[in-house]
Amino acid sequence: MSAGVGVDLENLWIRFGDFVAVRDANVNINGGDFFSFLGPSGCGKTTILRAVSGFLDPSEGKVLIGGNDMRGIGPNKRPTALIFQNLALFPLMKVWENITFSMEINGASAAQRRKRGDELLDMIALPGQGDKLPSELSGGQRQRVAIARALCAEPDVLLLDEPLSALDLKLRQHMRTELREIQKRVGITFIYITHDQGEALTMSDSIAVMRAGVIDQIADGKTIYNDPNTAFAASFVGENNVFRGKIKQVMGNEALIRTNRSGDLVARVSTANQGKLKEGDDAMMFVRPEAFAIAPDGATGDHFVTARVTHEEFEGNAYNIFTEGEGGKEIKVSLPNLGQSFEDHTGQNITLEYETRNAVLVPAGELAAE
Amino acid sequence: MPGFLKEFFNRNGTGMGLAILGLVLFWTIGLIILPQLSMLDFSFRPNLPPPEIGGPKDVYTLENYKYLVYGPEGGSQSYNTVDLRVFFRTLLAAVCVTIFNLILCYPIAYYLGQSKGSHIRIFAIMLIIPYWINEILRAFALRIIFGETGVLNTLFTGLGIWDTPFDFIRNDIALYAGLGYAYILLMIFPMYNVIESLDKNQIEAARDLGAPWWRIHWRVVIPYAKPGISSGCTMVFMLSAGALAAPQILGGPSSLWFTQLIYQQFNDNNDWPQGAAYAIVLLVTCILFVLAVMRLFKVNMGDIGK
Repeated sequence: MSAGVGVDLENLWIRFGDFVAVRDANVNINGGDFFSFLGPSGCGKTTILRAVSGFLDPSEGKVLIGGNDMRGIGPNKRPTALIFQNLALFPLMKVWENITFSMEINGASAAQRRKRGDELLDMIALPGQGDKLPSELSGGQRQRVAIARALCAEPDVLLLDEPLSALDLKLRQHMRTELREIQKRVGITFIYITHDQGEALTMSDSIAVMRAGVIDQIADGKTIYNDPNTAFAASFVGENNVFRGKIKQVMGNEALIRTNRSGDLVARVSTANQGKLKEGDDAMMFVRPEAFAIAPDGATGDHFVTARVTHEEFEGNAYNIFTEGEGGKEIKVSLPNLGQSFEDHTGQNITLEYETRNAVLVPAGELAAE
Repeated sequence: MPGFLKEFFNRNGTGMGLAILGLVLFWTIGLIILPQLSMLDFSFRPNLPPPEIGGPKDVYTLENYKYLVYGPEGGSQSYNTVDLRVFFRTLLAAVCVTIFNLILCYPIAYYLGQSKGSHIRIFAIMLIIPYWINEILRAFALRIIFGETGVLNTLFTGLGIWDTPFDFIRNDIALYAGLGYAYILLMIFPMYNVIESLDKNQIEAARDLGAPWWRIHWRVVIPYAKPGISSGCTMVFMLSAGALAAPQILGGPSSLWFTQLIYQQFNDNNDWPQGAAYAIVLLVTCILFVLAVMRLFKVNMGDIGK
C-alpha cells in the first residue's frame, strides 16, 4: 500500500513456563495496513501485541519493525505506540497534558505542547476540551484522547488492544468508522487486537485468525469469510452451519461429502485445502445461514437438505428459521427481508437448497466455542 | 436528627447505634479532647504547691510560654537559647528523619505495591515481625550496633577502615537511625496502599510513550501516591518530633530532644504547668507546620485518611 513501516514476525514462539502462548507465528504486515489479530480471549493475540510493543521478549523467533530486529529494544525506544484496553489515560493530568506526554519527554516547551495538543484535539473533534481531566469526558471522548496521545508520539506503528470493548454498541460501531478514517489519514500501520469479528471485518486490510496460540489463517476479510482455511476460522468468523462427514469423492476443486446426518452433499474445497483433502478424510462442510434458500418440496439431490422447522424469529433485516435436520442437527437459515410475504413454517418440514460455491469444505477440526 | 444519624441508627438498630456512638464519643472526648484541654489549662497556670491551688495566686498567666522564649526572669541571657535551640533542632531533625524515611521507603513501597506473588506477603511479614519487639529493646539493639565497642566499630576497626572507634552516638547518627527505623512501617504502608491500586497499564503507557523510569515516577507514580506519601510523612514527622524513647536511649549526652525537656519538666522539676506549656507549643507548632507543608504541596485533608 503506502510507504509505511511494516512489521514482521518470524518463527515467533512465546512460552510462559510450560504454557505455549504463541506457537511459531509467521506474519508479514505491510506498511500502512490496518492489520487485525482476531481470536477468542486467551488465544495469544494480546501476547503478540506485547511482544511487538516490547513489553515481552519472545522465547524464540524475531519481531522486525521496518526490517529491524527489535530484540533488546525496550518499549520506550520502539517506534510503536500502544492503546490499552482500558486506555490507561493519566487521571491526574489534564487532557492536553495526557495527549502531549510524549513531547514532554523529548523536552518540548509548554507552548509547543499546547499548540500540538490543540491541533490533535481538533483532529479528534474535541476542540477546547484540553483543560479538562480525563474523568470529565465521556467514554467515546476518552477513547479519542487515547488515540491522540498515541499519535502525538508519531509512531510508525500504532498498536490497539481491544480499545473499543468498553464502549456501548452504537459508539463502538461509530468508532470503527472513525478509527479507519484516522488510519487512512495518518497513513501509518495499525495493528488491532479484537475478539469481535465485526470490528475485524469492517476495518482491516488483513486479518489473522488465531486459535490457542496458532494463527489459522491470514487474509483479507472477504477471503476469511468466504474461503476459510480451517474449521475454527469458518466457525469463529460469522455464523455458520457445520455438517460433519467423510469425503466420498473429490472432483477437481469440489468434493462430495457423506455427512453423518444429512446424506451426501456437494461442496467446494477451500482454496488452502485443494489437493490436500482426499477421499476418506474426515471433513467439515460449512454453509452460512444466508446461503440457504427454501427449495420446492420434494426436491432431492446433493445440494438439498431437508429439515423440520422448530421456531422462527424476525430480526428486522432478516427472518431467521431454526430447523432440526436429520438426526436432530440444528441448522439456521437466514432469509433477507426484502418485503416479501413470509409464511410461518414452524412444525413443517422444508427443503433447503444451497449453491455449491457457498458450501466450503475444510478438514475436520476444532470449532470455535459458542 | 440529621439524615446521616438517622440512617446510622436505622442500619445498626437503636441499641447498637447508641453503644457505638457512646464509645466513639468516649474515645474522642473522654480520652483525647478533655485531657488535652486540661493540659491547655495547666499550661496557663503558675506552678503552685498543692495548698495554694485554687487560692488567690492561682490565676491565668503566660509565664510558662514566656519562659520558653525568654528564660528565667532576671536570667543572664535575654532569650532562652538553650531550650529554643533544642526546640528548633528537634523540628529540623524530625523533618530530616521524615525525608530520609521517605527516600528509603518509597522504593520499598513501590516494589511491594507493584509486584505480584506470594513473596510479597513474606516480605511484608519480615517488615512487620521486628515490631513485635518493644521499642526500648529495639533502641538498645541499635545502641549495641552503634556503640563505641559496638558491632560496626569492631567491624570497621578490625577491617582497618578506620583506626579509632567512630562515635556514632555523639554524632547523632544512632539517633537518626533509631528514629528512622522506628517509623518505617508508618511510612511504607500508606504508600503501599495507594501504589497497590495504581493501574499497571499507567506505568506501561508512560513507558510506551518513551518515558525513562525516573519520569514515570515523577509524573505518574508519585502524583498518584501523593495521598499515601503525605499520610506517611505526617505520621513519621509527628511521631519523630514527639518521640521519647529513641532520643533517651540513642541520643548523645549533649543533644537533647524537645520531648526530653518536657519530660524533665513533668518528672524531674515536678513543674506540670511548664511541661504542659512546652508540650502545647510542640503540638501546635507541629500541626501548623504540617498544615503549611500540605498547603505547599496541595494536599487535601481528606487525602491524609487514605
